[in-house]
Amino acid sequence: MSTQESGPFLSVRDLRVHFPTDDGVVKAVDGLSFDVWRGKTLGIVGESGSGKSVANQAVLGLHNPKHTRISGEIHLEDQELTTAPERRLEQLRGNKVAMIFQDPLTALSPYYTVGRQIGEPFRKHRGASRKEARERTIDMLARVGIPHPARRVDDYPHQFSGGMRQRAMIAMALMCDPDLLIADEPTTALDVTVQAQILDLLMELQQEFGSAIIMITHDLGVVSRVSDDVLVMYAGRAVERGTAREVLGRPRHPYTWGLLSSMPRLRGDVGRDLVPIAGTPPSLLAPPPGCPFEPRCAFSDHVADPVDCATDRPALPEERGAACHLTAEQKRTIFAERIRPRLR
Amino acid sequence: MLRFILRRTLGAIAILLVISAVTFFLFYAIPRNPALLACGKGVCTQEQLAVVEHNLGIDKPVPQQYIEYMSGLFIGRDFPAGSCPAPCLGFSFRDNRPVLDTILDRLPTTVSLTVGGALVFLVLGLAFGMLAAARRGTLLDKTMSSTSLVLSSMQIYFLGPLALAVLVHNTQLLPQPQYVPISEDPWGWFQGLLLPWLVLSTIFTANYTRLSRATLIEQLQEDHVRTAKAKGMAPRTVFFRYAWRGSLIPIVTIFGIDIGSLFGGAMITEYTFSLHGLGRLAVESVTQSNLPMLMGVMLFAALMIVLFNIVIDACYALIDPRVRLD
Repeated sequence: MSTQESGPFLSVRDLRVHFPTDDGVVKAVDGLSFDVWRGKTLGIVGESGSGKSVANQAVLGLHNPKHTRISGEIHLEDQELTTAPERRLEQLRGNKVAMIFQDPLTALSPYYTVGRQIGEPFRKHRGASRKEARERTIDMLARVGIPHPARRVDDYPHQFSGGMRQRAMIAMALMCDPDLLIADEPTTALDVTVQAQILDLLMELQQEFGSAIIMITHDLGVVSRVSDDVLVMYAGRAVERGTAREVLGRPRHPYTWGLLSSMPRLRGDVGRDLVPIAGTPPSLLAPPPGCPFEPRCAFSDHVADPVDCATDRPALPEERGAACHLTAEQKRTIFAERIRPRLR
Repeated sequence: MLRFILRRTLGAIAILLVISAVTFFLFYAIPRNPALLACGKGVCTQEQLAVVEHNLGIDKPVPQQYIEYMSGLFIGRDFPAGSCPAPCLGFSFRDNRPVLDTILDRLPTTVSLTVGGALVFLVLGLAFGMLAAARRGTLLDKTMSSTSLVLSSMQIYFLGPLALAVLVHNTQLLPQPQYVPISEDPWGWFQGLLLPWLVLSTIFTANYTRLSRATLIEQLQEDHVRTAKAKGMAPRTVFFRYAWRGSLIPIVTIFGIDIGSLFGGAMITEYTFSLHGLGRLAVESVTQSNLPMLMGVMLFAALMIVLFNIVIDACYALIDPRVRLD
């Protein structure tokens, strides 16, 4: 594709985000690499605490530098962000890279009108006047489907419903035509019908504005609906990557199998039992030396000696693949024989 | 807003009615006969006592006295010793003048003291709190936090004489506190009240430093503050426009509660520095059993506190649009 000729828009390499605490260093993200391409959507999936939000907040430098240690590389086009001065990041935030947060109830300040908050990035980054920002805000509110935008622009967030607030957040994020939109569980706090509307809206706007999107979620339904590429995260690392079709259709990592087996489906056998993943994620203070999923993995005994899942850490291939010691053949047969029947 | 003020005013009137009734009937629960005290214990004959009781107006049934007292507020009253025009808060037989006149004489001192003191501790407390929150974890923060902890466990009656001894008597750094009306001599007014302001506000400053630091730190972790940062707002804007604004709500709440303590503190401060304000007046009327005066001062203080709380609630509405009041 022509968009790929110039290389990825965002490229994260070996990102580590560590939080020193009194109990030790929490390795929230520990060696994460991924690429985001222009106009494409990368879905990042993982359970709570897998490091997906932490990693993406690091892209924008939102962590308090006093309490965070960040290493690795984050390239946005030709800029290196981990070493960029705060002023530089400030110019990127809300401008080239915008972010939408999970809970629209708390993500907007209750003290200012929706219009003022939405207009702020436009005034700051584009030097627009109050009036220009207001006009643009009204346009954007209309664009994200807020009825009577010229009137609602002067409302306070508490006068908006949850879905409307998330629409307002999206309008705010799109004010400066960002090239990259990071959506951190944008639909988690919303009810199901509103979820679908918000996702459709995001996809529509992506078509229109051509932004790249990182969709952070724990919901595989959301991923399958919107993503081009998928990255599965577990305990601060990526464990599987590929196109959405590949990862959801022919998953190769036992953790991804677990995620799929634990998810209810609309179509298919009503009597099918959901299979939860046994156990809990490892401590991020002292992650296991080998595969972080090994303690919960039902297939580690299939791995032939001399490799030991408990001590040898599997690597994740750069392109399509999974960080797992099972052979390609084993992955294929286990998925086909043991996992796929469960999903029907 | 108008409806809110109307509603609150009606509420305030109800509160004041209750306070006046309670105070009034407490008057009669005191195991002392004010007439006997006024007349002179041991030397007073029955006839003299009856005359004094009549003069004080306490020979009538208590409910009737209360009704007369309350109607005096609106239409004034006449006592054998003199007249008391509306709004009549009672008549002090001790100094033969309406209670309200004495209160109004003393009021400027107390207002200067409390408003000035409140200004000092709000400005300093909020500023120190902001500084400590912005520099959280640094030496500055730790110094300010521990200092404010020590100071907030002090008492005005300890700080006052100490400051007086050290700053005025020993070193003469500050002049002897006194009240000079601001209209006569603004500089003299300022100098005379500087020490009382500092003493009155020290403990409050310490408390507000701690409060403002804590609420700011909490606010800085709010989602909407992160949103502000994520949309590229400058650190200063994030801090003041988003975090600080939110931290004002709990501060205003606590300030509303503290109004009473402020009057209490003013009372002690006035006593310490021999300022003739309302607090001192209240203490004097207790020691002299000047019950009409005491009643008047209490009712007046209650009125001030109730009024202040209406102002505080209006401030809420200004700060937080979710509390827009209609």
